[in-house]
Amino acid sequence: MSILVNRHTRVICQGITGKAGLFHSQKCREYGTQMVGGVTPGKGGTAIDGFPVFNTVEEAVRKTGANASMIFVPPPFCGDAILEAEAAGIAVIIAITEGTPVLDMVRVHRRIANSQSRLVGPNCPGVITPGECKIGIMPGYIHKAGGVGLMSRSGTLTYEAVWQLTNLGLGQSTCVGLGGDPIVGTSFIDCLRLFQADPQTDAILMMGEIGGNAEEQAAAYIKQNVTKPVAAFIAGRTAPPGKRMGHAGAIISGGSGTATEKVAALEAAGVVVAESPADMGTAMQRAIAARRNA
Amino acid sequence: MKIHEYQAKQLFAAAGVPVPKGIVARTPEEAAAAFKQLGGPIAVVKSQIHAGGRGKGTFKEQSQQRGVVLVKSAQDAKDNAARMLGNTLVTKQTGPEGKQVNVLYVEQGLDIARELYLGIVVDRGMGGACLIMSSEGGMEIEEVAAHTPEKILKEPIDVDYGIFPYQARNMAFRLGLEGPALKSTEAFLKKLGRFFLDSDCSMTEINPLVVTKQGEMLALDAKVSFDDNAMFRHEKFKELRDLAEENPMEVRAGEAGLSFVKLEGNIGCLVNGAGLAMSTMDLIKLHGGQPANFLDVGGGANVDQVTEAFRILLADKNVRGVLVNIFGGIMKCDTIVEALLGAYEKVGFNVPLVVRLEGTNVEKAREMLAASGRPITSANGLTDAAKKIVAAI
Repeated sequence: MSILVNRHTRVICQGITGKAGLFHSQKCREYGTQMVGGVTPGKGGTAIDGFPVFNTVEEAVRKTGANASMIFVPPPFCGDAILEAEAAGIAVIIAITEGTPVLDMVRVHRRIANSQSRLVGPNCPGVITPGECKIGIMPGYIHKAGGVGLMSRSGTLTYEAVWQLTNLGLGQSTCVGLGGDPIVGTSFIDCLRLFQADPQTDAILMMGEIGGNAEEQAAAYIKQNVTKPVAAFIAGRTAPPGKRMGHAGAIISGGSGTATEKVAALEAAGVVVAESPADMGTAMQRAIAARRNA
Repeated sequence: MKIHEYQAKQLFAAAGVPVPKGIVARTPEEAAAAFKQLGGPIAVVKSQIHAGGRGKGTFKEQSQQRGVVLVKSAQDAKDNAARMLGNTLVTKQTGPEGKQVNVLYVEQGLDIARELYLGIVVDRGMGGACLIMSSEGGMEIEEVAAHTPEKILKEPIDVDYGIFPYQARNMAFRLGLEGPALKSTEAFLKKLGRFFLDSDCSMTEINPLVVTKQGEMLALDAKVSFDDNAMFRHEKFKELRDLAEENPMEVRAGEAGLSFVKLEGNIGCLVNGAGLAMSTMDLIKLHGGQPANFLDVGGGANVDQVTEAFRILLADKNVRGVLVNIFGGIMKCDTIVEALLGAYEKVGFNVPLVVRLEGTNVEKAREMLAASGRPITSANGLTDAAKKIVAAI
């Protein structure tokens, strides 16, 4: 078991004939993911490096039985690509594209909120269930199958955390990159609910960052609903207010969204918070040990 | 992207959002002419910089001079303009260095009955745009939210329609606006909601929003920023960018596809990924150092980008050491080292450089660093990297 994706997941790539789309489709296939084809409007009926290409997601689903999509289309078309995947009944939509206009995502958010489909991203590294299915741009080899569920708003910081876990012998059930944009499809709370219900996941590591109040909401949810040990790291303790730190979401405004507030909320919910980014893996270890001794 | 008040008001006027009459002035003579042209007994001369708190702000060179002043004659307008133009305005939001005033906006005086607050932002929690209003015009909204949260009124904005008439009426009644002011609120909010959506704004703030004694609602101030990701839909907005308002190094970094923010410390950082870049700053601070910047080279850095990144870091006179922190995923570590060494040659490094690499092909990359014969310190792990750079400066 795991969450969102596993060895049975059948994946298409929207934007597969683009440079990044093709490269990462190949990498996912090498990892063992069932990459069953791709979509590029106007190139239907062709094939690229063994992947069949379709004009629409609907056609791709009909002909391949795909139930997940990895989106690599350019930012102006990302919102529309997500809507198309949702309309075609794709269960798990993972949008890697960076730079989608926020109002496009507002429209998407409204549709997805009332849908059976789950959206992860946009502007995220993707989702991986180690040893089974990788959908996204993360390097596969740093992962190891195991029991830690990982969720993060960042890319390379997630790799850093995964690498620390793997080196400590802590494998991962599923790692979810939620994305750095202000409006994304899947929240910490969505992931917490899934990890709490997943029998393979026995501990949870979250990487948050400054801006917004998603971490505070997650803390409140953990306090009420999560019985598994949780560790966390919050990036941006030293970021100055009012400045955008790469991610559009990472901005402290008007004294709210600071790392101090987030750390306090998480600690109050019993979460072990790593002070240094070098200690994310050991914080997870401490959280697990504390629960075992309790 | 932020724009000036006068630019925002010109866009408001074109979108049918009521604003006071105003004229741009770039010399004291133009300010005097603007006063005459407006034809009223009073006018307001306003400094145009990308920062709030101008009315209470003062000039470095003219400590008695405020950033926004009421004037009663053409001569008065001219004299004030002369004390403002070319000088440096310091407000609560500019920081102690202040911002140079190059443009003034001369605006008609109004008979003001009420001063209100209005803001539209994209709210993550709601997953959409949100209208915020308050009876406490002229105050900083963060203060109002902290001390009297009940005075903050919110309405969600429909992303396709904008602000519905019933929402405008709800706001008006809660703010105690009746008669002609009620009608004028409905019209104002309808147009402003459309403007926000049609222009792909990320934020619009009007503080104060005023109601005149005649019941007319007007935007007395206007702060607008656009969603950078949506600029491809608004070619004409690109002309509104004022590079003089931005940090020149941040502009240069943007042109090279780097995400860079200048900070106050002395340790330059070059990192891949925004989350890791922020964490690297935190790490430096945790070990007693001060980061000089945030710099994310992104996912596919090449020699040119890394060279430009080093040049930007070393152009900062405060920088006494540089830390490179790369987690090579798709981007291989040996590719990065190749770029690092190439850039090192070109730039002429004159401060200590500590490099921490992890990920794909890391062994090969470390060997390349060692074999290069360059005085580059290699670090094992994040903590080691932070300690080494802090010790080196």
